[in-house]
Amino acid sequence: MLEQVSPSFLLFVPIALFTVAGACGVAFSRNIVYAAFSLLACFVGMVGLFAFLSADFLAVVQLMVYVGGILVLILFAIMLTNKISEVRRSNPSSNIVMGGVLMIVLITALLGVVFGFPWTVGAPQPFAATTETIGRAFLGSYLLPFEVAGLLLLAALLAAVVVARKEMTPAEQDGKGGTP
Amino acid sequence: MFLLIATLLKFIFFGLVFAIGLAAVLTWMERRQSAYSQDRLGPTRAHFFKIGGKPFTLFGLLHIAADGASMFFKEPVTPKNADKFLFKIAPLIGWTTALVTLALIPFGPSLPSSVFPASWIPEGVETIYLQMAHVDSGILIVLAIGSLGVYGAAIGGWASNNRFALLGGLRATAQSVSYEVALGLTLVGILMAYGSTELGSIVESQNGLLFGFLPAWGLFIQPLGAVLFFIAATAETKRTPFDMPEGESEIIGYFLEYSSMQFGLFMLGEFLEIVVLGALFTTLFLGGWQFPHLIGTDSVSVFGLFTWNGPVAVAVSGTLVFCVKTFFVCSLQLQLRWTLPRFRYDQVMRLGWKTLLPLALINIFVTAGLIWWDPTLSILSYVSIGIILLFVLVVIAGPRRPPQVAHGH
Repeated sequence: MLEQVSPSFLLFVPIALFTVAGACGVAFSRNIVYAAFSLLACFVGMVGLFAFLSADFLAVVQLMVYVGGILVLILFAIMLTNKISEVRRSNPSSNIVMGGVLMIVLITALLGVVFGFPWTVGAPQPFAATTETIGRAFLGSYLLPFEVAGLLLLAALLAAVVVARKEMTPAEQDGKGGTP
Repeated sequence: MFLLIATLLKFIFFGLVFAIGLAAVLTWMERRQSAYSQDRLGPTRAHFFKIGGKPFTLFGLLHIAADGASMFFKEPVTPKNADKFLFKIAPLIGWTTALVTLALIPFGPSLPSSVFPASWIPEGVETIYLQMAHVDSGILIVLAIGSLGVYGAAIGGWASNNRFALLGGLRATAQSVSYEVALGLTLVGILMAYGSTELGSIVESQNGLLFGFLPAWGLFIQPLGAVLFFIAATAETKRTPFDMPEGESEIIGYFLEYSSMQFGLFMLGEFLEIVVLGALFTTLFLGGWQFPHLIGTDSVSVFGLFTWNGPVAVAVSGTLVFCVKTFFVCSLQLQLRWTLPRFRYDQVMRLGWKTLLPLALINIFVTAGLIWWDPTLSILSYVSIGIILLFVLVVIAGPRRPPQVAHGH
């Protein structure tokens, strides 16, 4: 067992532990702001995992989209929530029994996959940049799926605006048309 | 081992001495410049000793040391109901993101490893980059890291448990998220023109001349992109005219509850962001360390009067040129603050979403079309020169306010 411990393994363990600790923080924290920051730790850990697997482009995109975009919006939403003064109970746990059952089923399935699948470990490749390859794949052989995904996201964006926007009565529109 | 020491030296020179040093000098410059703009003297008095009966003030530069000492000796107060942990780490976040961005910026031309004794160099290393991290997806990382800077303001504002600070944090978040979109899109033109995301090779591609005399810098190939980038990046640094998150006259800012050096970290961090923006603008739009007519491929010559050959000469003068250009962009930023009045909040949002974003998109499509038409970029540069002339024309002949009637003294 001990001769299997390689430098990359020593690098992997702290990154993985950091990620898992962040995920645990999201699940167990009583304070919703701390849960959001644990999510930050979890995402940053995933950036580390991607970088560890030589997927530099994915690491950067993970950082840009999840940490720099989505999580900022989550924090924004939390800070605008009204009852933020009651930090102690802002993230209550409910449905412990159902959650426990689900957890046991999920963990069994995942562990079954982890130990049941014959993983093949390739020889470690020298680090190669992936940005250009991925870019060419997106705008070359996978152009149609890429564009369709873009359209789908645009549709979701517009739908979110329609759902979130408050309908104004004509009287209100007369009253305060223009910029808020 | 050699590479480790080299990276450490690069960090000490570029990160600690140049960037943080320049940020400290900018705190003094801003005060002197504001004084000059308002017909005052500004800080000139701090001194430790006198020479020949006159206090040795060094143009007021010693105020930097005096300010630092005063900040360190003040008591750091943490509000009673503040979130202690988040309150403490918030000022450090902006610093971290700024310093990480600096790691990706090439501040000088790369050196061939033959400059150093052969026994120092590890096997297979042929070039020593004057850049802390030579990463292939450099510009993407810059954008990704840049989007993290807002956490400092957001966390600080929330953790202070003060409504004004929270408002400042929220404004900072909204503003930064809005301008990030435009910031990223303005760079697409540069990426298409130079065909790389690595900052070092973007600088390398900006060599040569346009029309025989004009340096082939990003500014002359992407003038609209450069202007939009500068505006969006100024908004990201939260300075006047975009100082909504810290409007002194209305909400004071997300650092309202901070005192002592914790506030000092926020303040110096803001100036560090200016330096980072200056370095980034220099790298992308001002040719980085390149300076045609002066720095050649392996010799430096000042109009033939003075020549210095060899890669070391190029590296030293290239680094110097980079520092001077960065300083120039930084002082432009400072001058903006004392030239333009600040926006209203809705104007900030409208400018970001309704002006910068469409213009950035138009810039992308026009640039893409022109590059597709002519991959040698010469049509693109003709169009760009046309745009620059248009800018100049608008500035010279554009509408201006009628002259104000002077008040009598």
